[in-house]
Amino acid sequence: MKAFRILINNIADGFKSVFRNFSLSLASISCITITLILVGISIILSENVNKFTDDIEKDVTIVVYIDKDATEEDKEAIKININLLPNIESIEFLSKEDIRKDMSTESDELGTILSGYDEATNPLLDEYLVKVKDTEKIGETATAIKEIEKINTVKYGEGMVEELVKIFNIIKKITIVIVVGLVIVTAFLISNTIKITINNRKRQIEIMRLVGASNSYIKLPFFFEGIILGFLGSIIPIFLTCYGYIFLYQKMEGVLFTEVITLVNPDKILFTLSLILLSIGVVVGALGSYRAVRRYLKI
Amino acid sequence: MNLIEIRNVYKQYKNGVTALCDVNVAIPKGDFVFVIGSTASGKSTLIKLLYRQEKPSRGEVYVGGINVAKLRNRKVYKLRRKIGIVFQDYKLLPQMTVYENVAFALEIYGLPEKEVRKKVMNAIEKVGLKEKFRSYPDQLSGGEQQRVSIARAIVNNPKILICDEPTGNLDPDTSMGIMEIINKINEDGTTIIMATHDKDIVNTYKKRVITLDKGILIGDKEKGGYMK
Repeated sequence: MKAFRILINNIADGFKSVFRNFSLSLASISCITITLILVGISIILSENVNKFTDDIEKDVTIVVYIDKDATEEDKEAIKININLLPNIESIEFLSKEDIRKDMSTESDELGTILSGYDEATNPLLDEYLVKVKDTEKIGETATAIKEIEKINTVKYGEGMVEELVKIFNIIKKITIVIVVGLVIVTAFLISNTIKITINNRKRQIEIMRLVGASNSYIKLPFFFEGIILGFLGSIIPIFLTCYGYIFLYQKMEGVLFTEVITLVNPDKILFTLSLILLSIGVVVGALGSYRAVRRYLKI
Repeated sequence: MNLIEIRNVYKQYKNGVTALCDVNVAIPKGDFVFVIGSTASGKSTLIKLLYRQEKPSRGEVYVGGINVAKLRNRKVYKLRRKIGIVFQDYKLLPQMTVYENVAFALEIYGLPEKEVRKKVMNAIEKVGLKEKFRSYPDQLSGGEQQRVSIARAIVNNPKILICDEPTGNLDPDTSMGIMEIINKINEDGTTIIMATHDKDIVNTYKKRVITLDKGILIGDKEKGGYMK
C-alpha cells in the first residue's frame, strides 16, 4: 500500500513537472515528435522495399529445358535430381503441349505459326519451372542443374536478377542504418532536453536529498517524466504516419506507379508500427531522463 | 550513549585548506548547543559533517548511531531522515505553497493523506504560520520563510535539529522570534545544534557553547556566553 502510494505520487509528480516546465517539455516533445515521424516514415519505406524485394524474389524462376529425346523416366530422374539440390523451393512441370496452347492464345500471329504443328511435330521443349529459396545463390543453383543429364538449356534472368537483388539489399541496409541512426539521435536529444529540465530543478533535488529522499525516490519522477514525454511525443507521429500511409495507400490504390510494385497493406503494419513508435518514445524518454538525473545526486 | 559524537575529526578540503583539526565533541540527547566562531573558523564545516554534506578526512562522526564518515552516498537518506536541517537561506521551493513545502519532507514516507495533513498542519502551527499555509514563499517575510523551513525540518519529529546560521539573514527582533521557536522545540525534547555568530542570541540563551577558531576547538562551556 505504501509502495503503491509512493508510486502514484511519483507518477503524479512526473505529470506535474511536465506541465510546470511546459516550454521545456514542449521542446523535448517536439524533438521526439520530429524524429519519430522520420523513424515512422523510414519504417514504412523499408517495409515496402522489403515487400517489393520479396515479391520479386518470389517471381524469379529458373527455366529448365529438357532434351527432345528424353524419356518419361529421364524426366522423372531430372525432377528427382533437381529436388536433391540445396536451395530448391518448388518445381513445376510444363509440357510442350501446354506451352504450345499457351503461346497460341497469346497472339494471333503465334497462333497461326503454331497451328502448323500438331502434338507429334511440336518444335518446343518440355520445361521444369524451378523456384529457389535464396535468390542470391540462383547462379550456383542454375549451374548445378545444368550438370544433370538430358537437359538442353537452363535459363534465368542472368545478371539482371542478381543486380536487382544486390540493389534491394543495399536499399534495405541503408533504411536500417537510417532508422537506427535516428533512434540514437532521438535518445541523445531527449537526454539533453531532460538534462536542461533537471538543471532547472537542481534546487528541488538538493532539498529532496536534504529531507531524506533516497536516490531512487528522486530518480523515479524524472523517470516517469521521461516516459510521459516519450508518450506525448509519439502521439502525433503515430497518427501522422498511420493516417498518412492509409491516405497514400488509398490514393494510389495500393500500387506504386505500376501493378508490378504493390504497396504493403496498411492493416498489416500500422499496429506494429504504432507500437514500435510508442515503445521507442517511451524507452528512449525513460533512459534519457534516467541518465540525465544521475549526476545531480551527489549533493 | 551520546546522540552525537565527534572523535578526533580532521577535515582538509581538496584545495588544501584545513577546516577542522582534531575536534572532539560529544552531545547527549536533549542538549542545546551553539557552535560559534568567526568566518572560516570551521563551524560550517562541523555542521556539514553532521548531515554528511562533507565527509571527515580523518576521525569519526556518529549521529544517532550512524557512522557518518563511512556512510555511502546512496545511503545518506537514512541519516537525513533522523535529522532536521534549517539553513540560512531557507531552501524553500518557490513554486510550492507553505503547506506543500512542509509536506514535501513527508512525501517520501508514503503516508496516508490524512496523516500528512495532520502532521503538516501541526508543524505549521508550532511555528505560528497557521493563517498563511496557502501562501507562496515570495509572499512571506524572511522571518516567516525561515519559520516555514523550521516547520519542514521538524514535521517528521527528528531527534536532532541542525541549524546552520538560521538567523543570519534576519533582523534582531525577527531573530529572537525564530530563537523562541527553536528553544521551544528543544524544550519538547529535540536535540539542537546551531551554528551562529549572533552574540545577542548566544548571550540571551544561556546554553552550551562550542567555540571554534581556525579549525581548532578552543572552548566548550555549559551555559556559556560569546567570547572573543
